[in-house]
Amino acid sequence: MSATADDQFYREYILDHYKNPRNYGRLENPDISHEEDNPLCGDVIGMDFRVTDGVIEDVKFHGRGCAISQASASLLTERLKGLPLEDAKKINKADVLGELGIDISPARIKCALLSLKVLKVGAYGLAGSDEDEE
Amino acid sequence: MAIKTFDVTTVRKDFPIFETGIAYLDSANTSQRPRQVTGAMLEYFEKFNSNIHRAAYHIAEEATVRYEATREKVRDFINASSTKEIIYTRGTTEGINLVAYSWGRKHVKKGDLIVLTIIDHHSNIVPWQILAAEKGATIEYVDIDERGELRQDQFRKLLERSPKLVAFGQVSNALGTINPAVEMVAAAKAAGATVLVDGAQGAPHQGVDVRALGCDFYAFSGHKMLGPTGAGILYGRRELLEAMDPFMSGGDMIKTVRVEGTTYHDLPWKFEAGTQAIAEVIGLGAAVDYLTALGMDAVRAHEREITEYAYEALSDIEGLTMYGPPPSRRSGVVSFSLAGIHPHDLATIADRDQVCLRAGHHCAMPLMTRLGVAATARASFYVYTQKDEVDRLVGSIKEAQRIFK
Repeated sequence: MSATADDQFYREYILDHYKNPRNYGRLENPDISHEEDNPLCGDVIGMDFRVTDGVIEDVKFHGRGCAISQASASLLTERLKGLPLEDAKKINKADVLGELGIDISPARIKCALLSLKVLKVGAYGLAGSDEDEE
Repeated sequence: MAIKTFDVTTVRKDFPIFETGIAYLDSANTSQRPRQVTGAMLEYFEKFNSNIHRAAYHIAEEATVRYEATREKVRDFINASSTKEIIYTRGTTEGINLVAYSWGRKHVKKGDLIVLTIIDHHSNIVPWQILAAEKGATIEYVDIDERGELRQDQFRKLLERSPKLVAFGQVSNALGTINPAVEMVAAAKAAGATVLVDGAQGAPHQGVDVRALGCDFYAFSGHKMLGPTGAGILYGRRELLEAMDPFMSGGDMIKTVRVEGTTYHDLPWKFEAGTQAIAEVIGLGAAVDYLTALGMDAVRAHEREITEYAYEALSDIEGLTMYGPPPSRRSGVVSFSLAGIHPHDLATIADRDQVCLRAGHHCAMPLMTRLGVAATARASFYVYTQKDEVDRLVGSIKEAQRIFK
């Protein structure tokens, strides 16, 4: 298969988010900070949130990983900024995969959903809920 | 002395999977199986499928004979003194767990030292961590030098503290490092330690002579040496095995069972409770036959040629970092990373060219931490690997670099 700009999997915007991740870094004194790792490969993603009056005022992510996990995290942070925390909790797998816009094989689905797991566990942790990230 | 060689094109004809067009570079993970192995298993299923050690009818006798024949083949393959020292397991992991439970729980006490290495596979770390936590024992890990070889000076220092157990891999699955096992076992034995060698990557590629090696336990898996999954071997020195209690208990491992108590079966069956993986053990016997016919020296020579070829081809690629020792001191494993490209992305791109490449921590997270990486890409070779598969890997790497440029 030849490598072209319209590669069906490594699309230009995925590579762009991988090489130039949005909202990458740490927040000082975040209201929520949570990390998860992908046991398959040892990759780690963490997110810091500043929440004011129930709204995600700022979010940053950090960690290391493949193009899919990094692009997925970068895309997710763009969507989260300014979103009420209650709405953020409703973001589901289909939303994240839809945003990535590529066909993800079962072997790579954990990469794509790692940042969502960070969000869910982090957000529900702050709310003091027992709900699982699923 | 001239080493016997084999023709890889002829060998590949025994492996129908290559008709699919894949380049298979993940043999350290699991090997492919030749027709001789699947055929032996199929013959059992179709001609004498029955349970062993129990029935008086003909096909059950045939099944028992073929099942037990593997024991002698393996004994010969690893040069053990007796088939009583050959215990069937599901694989290396079960073999090590058997020792950790049956030997470890009896002999390891509070304050004892267990010596492992930083390049060990999780299966040779976690059972000992559980044992150490339960007993209040301490674990120390032998570190590696910048070439990915165990620091022998540090190992000797640890031996001065009289460890109860020393456990290490004959060959590293993640780096391919061939450890100086004979010297290490001798030093550990001289220090009074019981020694377990994880042969998962050793037996299939280097072979082993357990008597020359001098270890107390040696565990390996059938599925990494052309056999099926679900059948492996634990070798143990007879006097140690005799003194150990069973690991699993139930049917077939007993002599008599009364309501007052039970007497255990003789070796090796004392450690083989319940209905065994009969077809898989028969398949493992066929795998041993296959490797024996090729000759382990020829296997090693072939792998070395491929490894040297891969090492050179990958050395030429810009932005590629290889881990581990030079080809002369490594098994058929090349672990590497690419600047700016995650191993998983490389593996996905390689997969599109039907190149099967492993990406990840290779069940050696302490080593990955030591190397300061989360994951590496790993190409690993075996008797059927040919140079054009390495060329295809190089093509996939260049493809990945084009996409990620």
